[in-house]
Amino acid sequence: MSVLTDTPIDLTPDLPNDRSEGQLLEVSMGPQHPSTHGVFRMDVTLDGEKVVKLKPVFGYLHRNHEKIAENESYLGCMPYTDRLDYICSITNNWAYALAVETLAGIQVPERAEYLRVITGELTRLQNHAGLVGFLMQDMGASGTPLMYAFREREKVLDLFEALTGARMMCNYMRFGGCRVDVPSGWLQAAQKVIDGFPKFLDEFESLLMSNEILMARTQGVGVVTREQAINAGISGPMARASGVNYDLRKVDKYGIYDRFSFRVPLGEHGDVYDRYMLRVLEMRESIEILKQAMRDLPAGPIMDPNTKIRGFRPKAGEAYGRIEGPKGELGFYLISDGSPNPYRFRVRPPSLINLTLLEDMCLGQNVADIVIILGSVDIVLGEVDR
Amino acid sequence: MNLEEIKSEIETNVPGCRLEIIPNGSPSGQHSLLVDADHAFAAAAYLRDAPNRQFDYCSNATGIDWPIKEVSTKVKTKKIVDGVEKDVDEVVKTQTGGYLEVVYHLFSVELRQGPLVLRMRTEDRAERIHLPSLTPLWRSAEYQEREIFDLYGVMFDGHPDLRRLLMWEGFEDHPMRRDYVDPDDYEYEPTAHDEVLKRAQAHVAAEGGR
Repeated sequence: MSVLTDTPIDLTPDLPNDRSEGQLLEVSMGPQHPSTHGVFRMDVTLDGEKVVKLKPVFGYLHRNHEKIAENESYLGCMPYTDRLDYICSITNNWAYALAVETLAGIQVPERAEYLRVITGELTRLQNHAGLVGFLMQDMGASGTPLMYAFREREKVLDLFEALTGARMMCNYMRFGGCRVDVPSGWLQAAQKVIDGFPKFLDEFESLLMSNEILMARTQGVGVVTREQAINAGISGPMARASGVNYDLRKVDKYGIYDRFSFRVPLGEHGDVYDRYMLRVLEMRESIEILKQAMRDLPAGPIMDPNTKIRGFRPKAGEAYGRIEGPKGELGFYLISDGSPNPYRFRVRPPSLINLTLLEDMCLGQNVADIVIILGSVDIVLGEVDR
Repeated sequence: MNLEEIKSEIETNVPGCRLEIIPNGSPSGQHSLLVDADHAFAAAAYLRDAPNRQFDYCSNATGIDWPIKEVSTKVKTKKIVDGVEKDVDEVVKTQTGGYLEVVYHLFSVELRQGPLVLRMRTEDRAERIHLPSLTPLWRSAEYQEREIFDLYGVMFDGHPDLRRLLMWEGFEDHPMRRDYVDPDDYEYEPTAHDEVLKRAQAHVAAEGGR
């Protein structure tokens, strides 16, 4: 059975192409292009250097994660979530665990909640550090800032390896708690990384924040207004850079986020510079949360004793659970029909939905700015295409 | 947030709108509002614009496939067997499903409320699969509705750019449907580069074949 659209679809429609009006150039950026951060393609139409049309093309990394999950047990879905946004596997685990906990009404022990906050905020730190490094690389600051950022990211990945056994595919959380408790000496090592992080931020800021080239390339480029951002479902740092005061850690207060005092940085202009700056400010707030969480970490169990994660069968029903991931609102929508595998498993991908305004941001800009604008959105193709 | 109140509000403000509250059996308590396809756009516009609701943020939109399923339930009835009244178990077969469903999760950034779960259903799974697009109201539905069209085959009327999102153009089935069967030959996957290449070749030929 097949359903096709009534009119044939033209991916790259013909635009006026006679030379009296000036020639338009079609450029296919990607999928194998280093600045697209993965296998992502944009069909760009250029008038000289100016972008007059831009259509993103998705699907090069499509594995149909949602279909795979429908044939898996609830526990078996957990490692697959690592592969969504492979930079931030722990927050993906958290979002899925939270959705299952909402679906089945599971309580999480105190210590596990603290461990979730600690690992989740460390994930945010390494994601944002990586992003600012990549953005500088996209701007042509070849190598050095990226290596500075990766030096710090590496320290966090070492902590993840010591805790979970894997640097990137952590598979750390379970519905009802966390998989393993911290090994001996881990907390001291983590404290050392957290205490050393502000030094890196100071260094990074003093080197780059008032850099003339950085400001010239990013200020006033790729502007998103507040109304546009809300209407297009933009979430996370990108929405807050446009002045939308919507941080799920404050709005939903999931887990134990109501116990920590931290501020939500907001941007004014919604341009690339604000999005860049906002991530740096968010790292500072994450460090504040981490300090408080490390101080208050209680002793106790890390798994809910009443939850049997093997052969798990929740009652028929549905739930939508969401967290503030490093890239935006990461949500999971689950429908259970009482069987051991989910009837419907939906990932709400922040990377994909934040790209909704990509064309609007790029129109009228130079072709070199596309790379920076895309870099400031912060996408991971594993999550865009799933 | 009270679904009953929202339901009666929509009913007074959108005349003729048929709404139904779909209860949710899980502890999450996220009950949903089923709205008929003819009035769905007006009801959604009301939810977005009413000053006491302001659902300005459509976070999630997704599809669900419900194929026809026979449910047999045992019902105790009284029957007269050989002149004596007896309790007899009778199996009653009922059909459920047979439609595609689209679910929207709405939130309000201004009032910090949500989620409001809005559902729409098609009439069947083969022919009458048209639903109104909510993209003109919430731009965030643009890619998500394209994905639902791609993977489930729901046709969104009023969508500005309804194309496949993840599968390639020319792919003929909808992989997220429950009765989807993988093809046993993965021969050639066309890319959109083909079209560009074809035009480039035509251009080169027109310029004198250099």
